[in-house]
Amino acid sequence: MRTEISRRAFLATTTATLGAVASSPGSLPAPSQVSVPPERLLAPHRLLGAPRRQYGDRSPYEKSVRYFKPSSTPGTGASRTPLQDLHGIITPSSLHFERHHAGVPQIDPSHHELLIHGLVERPLIFTMKDILRLPPVSHVHFLECAGNTASDQLGQPGVDPQMSHGLLSCSEWTGVSLRTLLEDVGVKPKARWLVAEGVDASRLSRSLPLEKALDDVIVAYGQNGEALRPEQGYPLRLVVPGWEGNVNIKWLGRIDLVDQPYMTRDEAAFYTDLMPNGLARMFTFVMEAKSVITRPAGGQHLDGAGFYEIEGMAWSGRGRITRVEISTDDGRSWRDAELNSLVLPKAVTRFRLPWRWDGSEVSLQSRCTDETGYTQPTREELVSVRGLNGTDHYNGIKAWYVHRDGKVTHV
Amino acid sequence: MSDFTSNAKPSGWLVLSVGIFAAAHTAAAQTPRYDVGRPATQAEIRARDISVAPDGTGLPAGHGSVAEGRTVYRNACAACHGERGQGIGDYPALVGGQGTLTSKAPVQTVGSFWPYATTVWDYIHRAMPYQRPGTLSNREVYAVTAYILYENHIVPANAVLTEKSLPKIRMPNRDGFIPDPRPDVKQPSPRATNKSESHQ
Ligand code: HEC
Repeated sequence: MRTEISRRAFLATTTATLGAVASSPGSLPAPSQVSVPPERLLAPHRLLGAPRRQYGDRSPYEKSVRYFKPSSTPGTGASRTPLQDLHGIITPSSLHFERHHAGVPQIDPSHHELLIHGLVERPLIFTMKDILRLPPVSHVHFLECAGNTASDQLGQPGVDPQMSHGLLSCSEWTGVSLRTLLEDVGVKPKARWLVAEGVDASRLSRSLPLEKALDDVIVAYGQNGEALRPEQGYPLRLVVPGWEGNVNIKWLGRIDLVDQPYMTRDEAAFYTDLMPNGLARMFTFVMEAKSVITRPAGGQHLDGAGFYEIEGMAWSGRGRITRVEISTDDGRSWRDAELNSLVLPKAVTRFRLPWRWDGSEVSLQSRCTDETGYTQPTREELVSVRGLNGTDHYNGIKAWYVHRDGKVTHV
Repeated sequence: MSDFTSNAKPSGWLVLSVGIFAAAHTAAAQTPRYDVGRPATQAEIRARDISVAPDGTGLPAGHGSVAEGRTVYRNACAACHGERGQGIGDYPALVGGQGTLTSKAPVQTVGSFWPYATTVWDYIHRAMPYQRPGTLSNREVYAVTAYILYENHIVPANAVLTEKSLPKIRMPNRDGFIPDPRPDVKQPSPRATNKSESHQ
């Protein structure tokens, strides 16, 4: 259905262009009067191409989209990145996963301000123009929702990389180092934490230890070369490298330097991890090392035995990925995959391994290790320690199954 | 509060690093490097600062009773959260679940899970009612918080909450939290990877 519509739209553009060539400017024939025989679409070199555009869009043949379930509370929910369709380490901003608790606010940047106050020498208000005067930093970092891969933990594995691991994206973020701002307001020695708050309709707020705030946190206004997308916090957000998505406060309006964590809903009740003994872990900020094979993966089909490159993504909130291993025999033996050239800390890292499929039934698994020496565990290992009641921060090894007919599935 | 953070793993390294920073920072405090941004006046800070700490810091003076809260709840909350907070479909339950946290199907609500009453006040104040946040007066927030705590059997029917009494309420799951122990999974024993193994 969708294919049909955009094909028609594509034909309309093409015919309009043709018309412009055929007749004098200003007397375009209605698109319906000219039609391009479908076979000519196969010979693009025989048609004058489309004109320039002020803001580019992808080819009408590219259909990859975020996935979300409609709900009666559209303001709170998530959409998933189609990881299986991505190339390289950067997620296109249009496909970056979303998680909002009270919808996406509309913000005019000329009215947006950031207040930094509390245990500081000089409480200051920064306009967006002020922020842009300060020295910029740019870093590539992944963002991952704490709840990513929860369904795999629960034993209902996602059918494809988007459904299993799609609450993960990776962007180049540009902004001011939070440390720069904190140094200019002058943090008082009594301060231990800060509370960051968005101006969305839930005024989402989280406490962050000062140690992290002074380390690598970015007050970001740029994403992949342009302004943040509204659903990613336009015009200003926190990027807290390697830590659960929820602390990366979007639509950032206020930072309060304080002497204790403030126990906001999203840290005292949500994003905590309930253990089998009824106690819940709190402030489980770091997203531990995780990986997923994106090709061949669930939802795909192999065209018979022969050569396939196994490809995937690995990331760790503790630093760089140093090793990814792949097993094609249910985890009995492992072989090192090659890491692609761009291996950055707290960023998606690409891996690949040449593989020849002999046509038999196999499982494909990847496990990664980061620069702290931590290796991604199995689901069994995680569940034996954490149980099934707390479903955030799960990072178990993922398996895909290749069947004799070439179908790749999640079970 | 401090009894939680005192056993929390981060506090050690926090104190250490903050100490170092504070030393380096005292000098910077006299002379801001960039001097960009305008000084925030006390009035501007008061107008924007809604933070509430578990010890009650930041709570505005005020009071509200369970009885008043029942009315606020019926008018502004019940349509989504159910007649008495039991939840409706995608709208979360605000009551119940006590005693379920170790079961196969734990029910995590304000009553069974949230460790601080201040969090309830703060969350309602900043985010509810969902489609019109910020429309309740402080008194109404105290009242509806009292009502929700009453429905969870945490305060009696005649309770009146104030900025003084709210932080003193002991929530049933107050001691139900532990710091992050990760990495928590035993790491595989050192293993050799057979790089010479031929591709299948
Ligand atoms: C239009 C529907 C709606 C109304 C009206 C509403 N809420 Fe909510 N409420 C929600 C939704 C949706 C959430 C979950 C938000 C999220 O996922 O972040 C929620 C969450 C909450 C929570 C957190 C509960 C939890 O465990 O997640 C509390 C407490 C709460 N509401 C209290 C209230 C109070 C008090 C009122 C009335 C003053 C109210 N709500 C009115 C829809 C509503």
